[in-house]
Amino acid sequence: MMTEYIYLTVFLPLLGFLINGIFGTKIKNEKVIGIIGSSAVGLSFIIVVISFFQTLSLPEESRKQIVELFTWIQAGGLNVSIAYQVDQLSLIMALVVTGVGFIIHVYSIGYMHGDKSFWRFFAYLNLFIFAMMNLILADNFVLLFLGWEGVGLCSYLLIGFWYDRKFEKSTTSEAGKKAFVVNRIGDFGFLLGMFLIYLTFGSLNFTEVFARADAPGIPESTFTFIALFLFIGATGKSAQIPLYVWLPDAMAGPTPVSALIHAATMVTAGVYMVARCSIIFVSAPAILTVVAVVGVVTALFAATIGLVQNDIKKVLAYSTISQLGYMFLALGVGAFSAGIFHLMTHAFFKALLFLGAGSIIHAMHEEQNIQAYGGLKKYMPHTFITFLIASLAISGIPPLSGFFSKDEILWSSFANGNVLFWALGAFTALLTAFYMFRLVNLTFFGKERIAKDKHPHESPKVMTIPLMALAVLSVIGGLIGIPALFSGEGGNKFEHWLEPIFKNSELKLSHYQTYAHSTEITLMIVSVILAVTGILVARNIYLKNPSFADKMKNKFNGIYKILWNKYFIDEFYDWLIVTPIYRLSESVLWKITDAKLIDGTVNGLASIVNSISTRIRKFENGIAQFYALIMAVGIVIALFWIIFTL
Amino acid sequence: MELSIEYYLILSAFMFIIGVIGVLIRRNAIVVFMSIELMLNSANLTMVAFSSYLGNSIGQLFVFFVMTVAAAEAAIGLAIIIAMFRNKKTLNIDEINILKW
Repeated sequence: MMTEYIYLTVFLPLLGFLINGIFGTKIKNEKVIGIIGSSAVGLSFIIVVISFFQTLSLPEESRKQIVELFTWIQAGGLNVSIAYQVDQLSLIMALVVTGVGFIIHVYSIGYMHGDKSFWRFFAYLNLFIFAMMNLILADNFVLLFLGWEGVGLCSYLLIGFWYDRKFEKSTTSEAGKKAFVVNRIGDFGFLLGMFLIYLTFGSLNFTEVFARADAPGIPESTFTFIALFLFIGATGKSAQIPLYVWLPDAMAGPTPVSALIHAATMVTAGVYMVARCSIIFVSAPAILTVVAVVGVVTALFAATIGLVQNDIKKVLAYSTISQLGYMFLALGVGAFSAGIFHLMTHAFFKALLFLGAGSIIHAMHEEQNIQAYGGLKKYMPHTFITFLIASLAISGIPPLSGFFSKDEILWSSFANGNVLFWALGAFTALLTAFYMFRLVNLTFFGKERIAKDKHPHESPKVMTIPLMALAVLSVIGGLIGIPALFSGEGGNKFEHWLEPIFKNSELKLSHYQTYAHSTEITLMIVSVILAVTGILVARNIYLKNPSFADKMKNKFNGIYKILWNKYFIDEFYDWLIVTPIYRLSESVLWKITDAKLIDGTVNGLASIVNSISTRIRKFENGIAQFYALIMAVGIVIALFWIIFTL
Repeated sequence: MELSIEYYLILSAFMFIIGVIGVLIRRNAIVVFMSIELMLNSANLTMVAFSSYLGNSIGQLFVFFVMTVAAAEAAIGLAIIIAMFRNKKTLNIDEINILKW
C-alpha cells in the first residue's frame, strides 16, 4: 500500500527546502533550483494520487489509516506522536495542496525568473508545502498546530520576500509583520482551545478526542468554549471578521505566493480545521450559528469592498475573503462536505485568477492598477481565456466548478439555515459576478489605457501551461460534486466520499427539513440569474458606458469613499488597539519600566562595583616589592593561623 | 662533638629572614636577586640538616635539584636584569612600576 509511505509527501518538500536552502547560493542555475523545488512537490503529488486511488478501492470502513512514525512528546498523561492520518478528508486536502502547489511551483520558475533570490523563493515554497502537509495529515492537535504555525511562518517570510520594496505607505516587511501579529491573535485562541480539549478529554489525538466528544456526558458549555476558541483560531488563519485585515496586505508578496498561500491552501486551513472538529462544533449549536453568521457577513462585507478597489491583487484578495466566508457559512449550517467542496473548487479557480493576475503584472512590468490596463486581450490571448474561465467559475456560471460548489452552499444555507442566510449569500453572488467582470472588462476589453513605456506581451510557456492546467480543473472540478438532483441514484459523489467523516456530526444536527426538488431548482435558477445579471451590469457599465461609473461615483460619493477606504477598519483598529499599545509602550514600558527600572538596576549595580573597585585598585601600585610584602604578610598570618588553631 | 639540629635550623631561619627582608626593602634589583638566592640556600641548609638528622638521603637529593633550578634561575634572572637596565637605564625597582591596572 502506498499509504504507508504517505510520510514521504511530507518529507520530500522538506528535503527540497534543505537542498535549496543550504546549497541554493552554490547551485546558481535557476533551472536546477526550479526543478528540485517543483519535483519535490510533484513526487508528493504522485504519491498522494496513488494513495487516493488505493484508498478508493478499499471498502468504506477501512479507508481511514494512521501511519505512525515515532513518539514525539511523552510527559505524564500526554502522549503525542508524529503520526499521519490518511482518510477521505485529508486525502482531498492533500490532493489540492500538492496538485495546485505543484502547478504553482512550475509557474514560479517563469514568474521569478531573474530574481536575485530565486533559490530562497523555492526554499520557502517547499518549506510551506512541508508545513501545510503536516497540518492536513496530522492525526493529533499538536502536530496540526506545528503545521499551523509553520504555514504562518512561511506566509510571513514570503509576504516580506521582497523586503527592500515599497508597499503602499510602508514596506513589504511591515505587511508581513502585520500578517504575523494578527495571526498570532488567532493562534492564541487556538492554543486555548487545545488546552481545554486536553483538560476535557485527556488526550489530543483526533480519534480519541472525537470519540469521547461523541459520547454523552460532557456539558454543552464546555463544548461552547472549546468551539469558540477553535473558531477564533480559524478566523485568524482564514481571514474572517474580525481578523481578516492581514490578508489584503499579504498581497505585498510575489503573486505565486498569493495564489498558493493566500488563496488556495493556507487560508483554507481554518475551514479544514473546523470541518475536522465538526463533532465539537455540532455539539455547540450556538457557536455553529456564530460560524454561519461570521461567514455570511464576511462574504458580503468583503465583496462590497472588492467592488471599488483598483489594485488587481486587492480585488482578488477581498474576493478570497468573501469566498472563505462562503465556506464558513457552509460549515455553520452543517453542510461540511459542501464547505470542503467549495474549498477545493475555490483553490482551482482562485489560484488560476491569481496566476493570471501574475501573468498580467509580469507583462505590464509590475503595474497593478486596473485603471492603467485595458484592451489586453489581443496581447495575451492565453491569459485572457484562462482568466475568463476562472471568472465565470467564481461567478457561478454552470457547468463550471464554482457553480456546483456555490450552489450547494446556498442550497444548504436555505435548507438547514434560514432564508436570510440564503438571501445574503445570493446577493454576495451577484456582487461577486459584478466585481469579477469589472476586473475582466477593465483589464482585457475597452480602450487601452496603458502607459507608453509598457509593452504588454504574452507570458512564456512555463507560465501559460500551468494556467491552462488550472483552467481545465476549474471547468471540470465541479463535476465530481453534481448534486443528487441531477446525478440520480448515485447521489452527490463528493458528499458520499466524505460521508464517513461527517456522519456522526450530521446525526447530531436535528434541524434537517426536506424540500421539494422544485424549490431547489428555483433557487438554482435564481442564483444563476443573479450571476448573469452581475456580469451584464458590469459589462454595460465598464465597457459600453465608461462615464457611467464616474457618474455613480460622484452621485454616491459617501458610500464610495467608505468602500474605497475599506470601511476604515484598518484606521479603526489603529485607533482602538495599535495606537494605545504604542502609547503605553512608549510612556510606561519604555520610559519607566525599561529606562528606569531595568536600566536603573543594571547601571546601579555597575556603579556600585565601580566605586568599590576605585578604592581597591590603589593596592595595585605596580611595585613588585609591595606585592611581595602583601604576600609575605599573608603567609605570616596564615602560618600563625595554622599554628594557633591546631 | 656533634651539633644538634636546632643550630642548623636557627641559622637557616635567620638566613631566610635576611633574604625576605632584603627582597622587601632593598631597591637595587641585583641585591634583591641575591636575597632570593639567600632564601633558596637557607632552604637547602634545612634540607641537608634534616637529611643528616633523619639518616635519609632524599633531602640531599633535593638540594641538588634546588641548586640546578637556582642555576637556571640565575641565568634567566640576570638576563632579565640586563634587559631591564638596557630599557630603563636604572636598576632601582621603585622606578619599574608598570605592573599595575
